Amino acid sequence: MKRIAVVGGSLAGVSAARALRKQGYDGELVMVCAERESPYDRPPLSKSFLAGESTEAEIGLLGNGETLDADWRTGVTATALRPSGGSLALSDGTHLPADAVVIATGARARQPWPDPPAGVCTLRTLDDARQLRSRLLPGARLVVVGAGFIGAEVAATARGLGVDVTVVEALATPLGAALGNEFGAVIAGLHAAHGVRLLCGTGVGRLVGQRQVEGVELVGGRLVAADVVLVGVGVRPNVEWLAGSGLTVADGVRCDAYGATGINRVVAVGDCASWYEPEAGGHVRLEHWTGARERAAVAVSSLLSGGRQRVAAGPPYFWSDQYGKTLQLVGRTTGADSVAVEEGSVAEHDFLAVYRRAGRPVAVLALGHARPFLRWRKQLAAGPVRPSTPAA
Amino acid sequence: MIRVCALADLPPGEALRLDLEPPVAVFHTEDGEVFAIDDTCTHQKASLAEGFLEGCEVECFLHGSRFDLRTGEPDGPPATRPVRTHRVDVVDGDILLSLSPAGQPGNPLSTP
Repeated sequence: MKRIAVVGGSLAGVSAARALRKQGYDGELVMVCAERESPYDRPPLSKSFLAGESTEAEIGLLGNGETLDADWRTGVTATALRPSGGSLALSDGTHLPADAVVIATGARARQPWPDPPAGVCTLRTLDDARQLRSRLLPGARLVVVGAGFIGAEVAATARGLGVDVTVVEALATPLGAALGNEFGAVIAGLHAAHGVRLLCGTGVGRLVGQRQVEGVELVGGRLVAADVVLVGVGVRPNVEWLAGSGLTVADGVRCDAYGATGINRVVAVGDCASWYEPEAGGHVRLEHWTGARERAAVAVSSLLSGGRQRVAAGPPYFWSDQYGKTLQLVGRTTGADSVAVEEGSVAEHDFLAVYRRAGRPVAVLALGHARPFLRWRKQLAAGPVRPSTPAA
Repeated sequence: MIRVCALADLPPGEALRLDLEPPVAVFHTEDGEVFAIDDTCTHQKASLAEGFLEGCEVECFLHGSRFDLRTGEPDGPPATRPVRTHRVDVVDGDILLSLSPAGQPGNPLSTP
């Protein structure tokens, strides 16, 4: 292969480029990056960067002087992939022939309200973070729509900045979909303990305000006043450009368990990719940081070996930092038949819990227990054939 | 030069945190090599001595940055800056540590 194009310049794309070089690819490498910014890491956008504790330079994805010997095309998007896979059409009107393509176009924040008034923000990009940060002034009233990871982290950061925060969540508890209601209630307690008003089980009917947002109207008519509204209701994968490519796209690019798509020498990784997961018994589109990083190496290995080298991806893992606590989950809680708190105390928002299926650990959740969690994570990564835990 | 402990008191696969300013972590790898680096992850304040040792790399227990014990370099974000490495020698069964100058990140590597 003489030229490989990586479409996407965020964590998945940069990790793929790094993996290509690390695994010995020394041909031409073209990075097609929609954003003009130098590649940056997104987790700090809702935490240290939003809090003003880290600078743009500090959240860069590339090391000092690291170029990966690539041709960086920034501010350019891919608009089409030819069915053969051998060529990309770019938004600057040019065509880019390539022997192989890594699709890493990520996702964008969902915004259910088109053309919202000023003060209504989403948080996905560095520019989003700059804008949100400029509005989180002490005493400002922030309404967060959605108590998922972005919503919860922004709420925590905003409280630290002296902002008045209300979180509106349609489900019964925050992070209920990911953690279940029992542990979702723990997260609810964490918000309450830090002075955040949490309104669960209620949706937002409409935004109030003409030019500048003045509040949100909940379903049922209750009005909550706001100077700033952060909409954190999930993402959509950036895959529309692949229409007509011949790839199967259904909530992400369909891939096998190693990132390979239906087209030879085209792989997909990160938020835009839906990998087959044997443990889940179907395709799953993971949206987490660690997946984007680790699976890039898996996909590249598959690509460079022509599908012969198959490195199994590790179990899904995420972390989230809220109110100075680290929340971590590894594995799959769906299908678990029991869950037990094995360390610490739920009441004190500081614990480690193990999910099991037929006695076998399938997932571990921790809040403020990063150190023992790491040992569990390694055990789960070692695979189901070696359940090195004390008998349940 | 600081005497850390007897090599026999630090089994392979184990690490030791020295309460210096700044703290230093000393690792004895499964392959029998001994390394020393600054203990604090350059991303957030976590002790690398508490991390997961695998080969010549230690993974921070908090967010998963991996540092090469030989060079102090991280393998990628969230950490982007290297930790200082320090020279260690094993003399007559004792681990001896020679601290690198302050403010000097990463290399140079100790001579074997």
